[in-house]
Amino acid sequence: MSLALKGADRPAVAHALAAAAEPSLAGVGDYFALMKPRVMSLVVFTAFVGLMVAPGPIHPVIGFTALLCIAVGAGAAGALNMWYDADIDAIMTRTAGRPIPKGRILPGEALAFGLTLAAFSVVVLGLLVNLAAAALLGFTIFFYIVVYTIWLKRATPENIVIGGAAGAFPPVIGWLSVCDYLALEPLLLFLIVFMWTPPHFWALSLSRSADYARAGVPMLPVVAGKTETRRRILIYTALLVPCGLAPYGFGFAGPLYGVVAATTGVLMLVLAWRVFTTREDPAEGAAKQLFGFSILYLFLLFAMLLVARGGAA
Amino acid sequence: MTPNDQPDAGIVLTPEQKKRQRARSIAIALTLGALVLLFYIVTIVKLGPNVLTRPM
Repeated sequence: MSLALKGADRPAVAHALAAAAEPSLAGVGDYFALMKPRVMSLVVFTAFVGLMVAPGPIHPVIGFTALLCIAVGAGAAGALNMWYDADIDAIMTRTAGRPIPKGRILPGEALAFGLTLAAFSVVVLGLLVNLAAAALLGFTIFFYIVVYTIWLKRATPENIVIGGAAGAFPPVIGWLSVCDYLALEPLLLFLIVFMWTPPHFWALSLSRSADYARAGVPMLPVVAGKTETRRRILIYTALLVPCGLAPYGFGFAGPLYGVVAATTGVLMLVLAWRVFTTREDPAEGAAKQLFGFSILYLFLLFAMLLVARGGAA
Repeated sequence: MTPNDQPDAGIVLTPEQKKRQRARSIAIALTLGALVLLFYIVTIVKLGPNVLTRPM
């Protein structure tokens, strides 16, 4: 069953075509919004941790350049995502205020902006930092746009599970910026973000399922129902918690990290269990709590890895 | 005089459009300037003391 929208159902595109004859009214802030600054901040933070936990020194200027390129690359991916998803963004309440559906930026402008930023971020990272990090940044942008946005998002309820890899690459890019080889540690960082993504986004989609259904996006609650989504949230959270503990288990972080990972992991499990057992449609308060805490959980884990790198944990 | 004889005024921007266009132009200029500065600083950092070493 295809839930993809037909061309005639794309009001943002129609609006954009009508506006194409007008000179652009886009402000600098609109272009900044295209870069999804909130997502960018999480990407920069996890990349920073990957960069800091990598063995060997890195000059602060080179480290800053690496993070800048990763941030701009993430912004490019955000802009290209908004370009492709303008039709469904216009339908969903959460995204209807974005610059393209609002008609402040034309889809073609967003495409050009995204492609320019993507090219610059990858080339500058390759020239000024190293080729391995640049190659992975380029692949991450490709994965997020082509594999997740264009292919999976409108095709399968597993979109978040597979597409989540794009959000899990930044700490590995940060690591590769310091040493151009891989090891177990960056793969554990990848695994933590990868396993964190499904319960995080499914918790959000539970409270937004009507929005996704209206836009024709086959998110898990839309296709498999809320009960199945709650079950999958619990399963993935149960898989996430051991991943969160793995850096301690493999000796990459000390007991303080272990205690924080265990405590917050238990809290994640408690919240996921509440989502599983509570039936409070449409308020979905438990899902919103899990969604909010999952951000804090990821932040705390990565922050404690930074502390551990400093030798205090 | 027919309309075809009129000089073509092209697209005339409103004051708001001019303001936004100017802001975008300044942002692009600042970004390019920052990029040039970044390349300059990273070149110095990568070369280090060798920046003064020149084969004769």
